[in-house]
This record gives sequence, C-alpha cells and structure tokens, in this order.
Amino acid sequence: MTTLDAIEAPGEQRARRPIRPFHNIWPKIALTPMIATALVVFLGGTIWTVVYSFTSSGLLPRTDWVGFAQYQRLWSTPKWNIAIRNLAFFGVFSLSFTLVIGFTLAALLDRKIRGEAVFRTIFLYPFALSFIVTGLVWQWILNPEFGVQGIVRSMGWTSFNFDPLHNPDIVMLGILIAGLWQGTGLIMVIMLAGLRGIDEDIWKAARVDGIPTWKTYVVVIIPMMRPVFVTAIVLISSGIIKLYDLVVAQTSGGPGISSEVPATYVMTAMFGGQNLGQGFAASTMMLLFVAAILVPWALLEFGGRKRG
Amino acid sequence: MAEFSTNPATLGASRMDDGPRGPRPRRVLSSTNIMLYGTLIIVALYYLLPLYVMIVTSLKDMTEIRMGNVFSPPVEVTFQPWVKAWAEACTGVNCDGLSRGFWNSVRILIPSVLLSITIALISGYTLSKWKFKGSEIFFAILIVGAFIPYQVMLYPIVILLRDSGIGISNAINTVWLPVCETFGGECRRVRVQLFGSLSGLVIVHSIFGMPILTLLFRNYFASIPEELFKAARVDGAGFWGILFRIMLPMSLPILVVAIILQVTGIWNDFLFGVVYTRAEAYPMTVQLNNIVNSVQGIKEYNVNMAATLLTGLVPLTIYFVSGKLFVRGIAAGAVKG
Repeated sequence: MTTLDAIEAPGEQRARRPIRPFHNIWPKIALTPMIATALVVFLGGTIWTVVYSFTSSGLLPRTDWVGFAQYQRLWSTPKWNIAIRNLAFFGVFSLSFTLVIGFTLAALLDRKIRGEAVFRTIFLYPFALSFIVTGLVWQWILNPEFGVQGIVRSMGWTSFNFDPLHNPDIVMLGILIAGLWQGTGLIMVIMLAGLRGIDEDIWKAARVDGIPTWKTYVVVIIPMMRPVFVTAIVLISSGIIKLYDLVVAQTSGGPGISSEVPATYVMTAMFGGQNLGQGFAASTMMLLFVAAILVPWALLEFGGRKRG
Repeated sequence: MAEFSTNPATLGASRMDDGPRGPRPRRVLSSTNIMLYGTLIIVALYYLLPLYVMIVTSLKDMTEIRMGNVFSPPVEVTFQPWVKAWAEACTGVNCDGLSRGFWNSVRILIPSVLLSITIALISGYTLSKWKFKGSEIFFAILIVGAFIPYQVMLYPIVILLRDSGIGISNAINTVWLPVCETFGGECRRVRVQLFGSLSGLVIVHSIFGMPILTLLFRNYFASIPEELFKAARVDGAGFWGILFRIMLPMSLPILVVAIILQVTGIWNDFLFGVVYTRAEAYPMTVQLNNIVNSVQGIKEYNVNMAATLLTGLVPLTIYFVSGKLFVRGIAAGAVKG
C-alpha cells in the first residue's frame, strides 16, 4: 500500500509539471566532474582494462584479439601462482588475526578502564603511517644481524633462526607481522564503536542471569555485532587484495619471487615488463576477487533489507 | 585472553548494600584488573616498539649500531643521521636528501587537497539538496568504483591523461598560434603535459579521493534541516547562494575531517606517485623507498630510520594533534574501504 503511494505520487507531479531539461542547469554542471569520473574513469576504465585483457598488447595497447590466451599464460606462470598462494596465506591469516586482535582489544578497552584514550591512541597510531614507513621499520626490526634474531642469539640461543625477509618459506610471515601492526587499530576502532552501540541492559540481564563475561561476549554480543563484523571483513578483505606498498618496502617481491602478490605482478607486467596484456589479465583477476567478496556482501546487505 | 567472570554471590550482596542506583564500587587491585591492565600495557608496548626503534636508531652512529641491537638506546646521541637524511642522502645521481621529496610532496599535497575537497563538496551538496533524475545512479557507480582495485584503472588513466594533455595543447594552439602570429611575436607551440607531471597526479588524487569525500559531504549536508534550505529558496537564493551563504559556513567540522583524511591519504600514497610522476618529481614516500632499498653503497641504518621517521612525521603530527577528528575521518573512510 505505502509503496504504491510512493510510486504514484511523483508520477502525478510529473504529469502536471512539464519536463524542462535546462531548468536549474547549475546542479547538472556542478555534478559534471563526478559524473565524468564515475562514467569515464571508474566504469569506462574498468571496461577498457577487461576488454584489452583479451588482446596481445605488449609495449602498447593494441586490438589484436587472442581470446583467453593471456589468462592461460597467467595461470601457467609460476610467479602468478606464487602470488596467488601468497595472497591466500596473507588473506586467511590477516583476516582472522585482525578480527581476533581487533575485537579483543576493543573488548578490553570497553571494560570501562582508566586511560582508555591513551591506549586507543597507541593502538591506532600505526594506521596513520604509510605502508612504506611500516614496511621499512619492520624490515629493520626483522634484520637478521641486529634485529629479533640477533637479539635472541646474543642471549645465548645461538641456533635460533628467524629471518623472515630473507627466507622464502616464511617471507609472508614477515609481511603479515608488519601488516597486522599497521591495520589492527582500525578494526579495533570499528569494533569499539560497535560495542558502544550495544544496550547496557543486555549486560545487566546477562549479569543477573549469572552468565560469565566471556560467554556473554561469545553467545550474545558477537552475534549482535554481525553488521559490524561484516563491515570489518569487507574492509580487511579489500585491503588484502590491494596489498602492494608493504611488499615493495619490505622485500620488493623477494627473495627471488617468493613474496610476489597479484598487485606487484600487475605493476611489473604493466610498467616494468612491457607486457600490458598480462597486466590487464592479472588486474581483471584482481577485480574478480573483489567481486567475489563484494557481490555476496551486497546481496546479503541490500537483498536482505528489501525483504525486511 | 583475560577472564572477567563476575561472582554472583558478591553481585547480589553489593546490590543490596549500594541501594538501587549507581555503579558497583570496583576494587582497584582485583586479579581481573591486573590481567586487564597487564594485557593492555604489554600490547601497547608492542605497538610502541617500532616508533621507539625508529627514534633510537636514528640517534645512534653506525659504530654504535654495529655493536648493539635495534632496541639498545643510544649511548651518545647524534643528530647527524637526521641532517644526512634530510640534506645529503642519495637516490640515483641526486644527493640532496629527502628534502626534495618533502617539497615535492608538499607541492602535490596542497593543490590535490584543495581540488579534491572542492569537487567533492560541490558534488555532495548537489547530491543532497539538488537531486535530479539519475544523479543517484552516478553516485552509486562512484561508490562501487571505490572498491575496484587501483591496478584495474591505472593504465586507462595513463591514456586519459596523455590524450587529454595532447587535446588541451591542440585546442590552445589553434587559438593561440593565429593570435600570436597576427601580433608577430616569436610563437612557440604550447605544450600541456598531464601524464608524468604534477598536475596529472593532482587530478588522479582528486579522482580517487572523490568517492569517500563525496559520500562524507553528501551525508553531512543531508543532515542539515530541509527547512533551512527551503527558507533560503523562498528568499530567492540560488544554487551557489545557498552553498556559499548557508552550507559552507556550517560545514567547518566536516571540512576539517575531509582535510585530515586527504592530507594523510595523499601524503602516504606510494602507488600513484610511482606511476604518474617522473623521478625528479617523486613524492616523499617513493623517494624514501628508493633511498632505503637502494642496492648501492653501505647500508646506513641510522640515516634510513631518520628518513623513515621524517616521512612519517607529517601524518603522525596530524594524528596526535587532531585526535578524535582523525577517528571520525577513518570511521567515514571505513564505509569506503
């Protein structure tokens, strides 16, 4: 009923008022930069890249169609497969650790503690720093001679080995440590805002029922914070796919190609390898990864809202 | 994880003693509190560690670094690494230090912040108060576009910048050359270059800052009462009149949030700087990476850390000064991702 009214009302108005395309021209002019950005850069640029990923473009883009050849080559290149494996490793651990650490810190801060502002400021400051700064600091802390490994060895444990940035097997761990340090603060802030939004009465009710605090969190609070978690997951995931600067600063993809990620693969193919087609195909794959996260989320969020 | 179990017996007792109102008095040194603050302090120390390492390393000389480890405090404080990082560190053939990158970043930052915020403010205002048919659809495309990996749009933007540079040059020359020749001067073709120049990078920053900033301003202006807007229209104010006389004076808080967001975001950018500028115009982050990760010469860790700290100083200052506004900015940015 109400929806029908809402649909009909503007229709009636439109029938009465003639359409004047030059009426109030300023809003249209004012919005031109935004419309151009949305249509030409975001929509047009994306379509352009996807279309040219089906060509044999090398040094320059050209319309020599080769079908899925670039994708076949992409998935048979060891470097891309390593990049995907690294992204998967980084993705799984970064997502789970960021959520757990972010939520735990937020829950600790939410216990009405003294000096909350101080702790919050400390946990969030890494987020103000660039990935380059983050990467370079951790490169130095993880330095095998003077950093963590060197310190443990000098304390007597001479066989201790922890040199992630020079060991292909654990290089992604080194990047993960730096990434977590930089990014957990943001998730903590989002989680804290979510926790503050929860009604005090729920805590009172849980306390009256004698439910232990940790159990209240697991059974009551976390399920109530589902939208906050969804936002956090979308946020962390799109950050993971963008992972680039941190790798460049810490390892430049090395040792060898052991810490390559999709973004570094795209950049070398496009601007270093004169291999545009590969760059386009790889970036289209990145787009698909984002779509794989965003489409289910959008369906869940907006599809669900319509039904409700 | 710490456990915060509440004993039901004490809970009941204290409720009776306290009366119905007010929180239960808490013991300062309960085991729960020790666990709670202990955990928080240890985690806080871990988060502060890299900052500490940067500071102490940048104040030591190389012999001291070679003798100690990353955490050992300086025995003799020296500011030489800072001087060297700022004025002498080499990238390629240039040995004029990070100061070059700093000033490049400033030259990129100021026009980028101004342009991006101006466009976004006007767009947000139009989208909230002057909606027209289809305006919301373009906005939806813009927001979806914010999630697209930058790599997808990098090359099309290269082409757009190059071609519009050529196009603008040609347009100017078709007007300028005949005019110039009639007055009989020495006429040179005007060459506008967007790709590989500062103005190109400014445009790129404005493009990629647009989704989040437009969202920010749109939501802010939408919260301003409609009556105010209607009253102004009745009084005869138009599109720009309402913007400058009513909306702009009210938007100082959101402007500050937008400035914080853009200054830190643009200062910390690496990808666009490396793609859309040339070596002599590289922003600070790119130059920093080139200095520290250069394969030539002996690694001077103290100079490297001084340079790293110098680069981080601008966003850190903004962060510590702005406090809650920074949090507001990133909370708005969180919607974008």
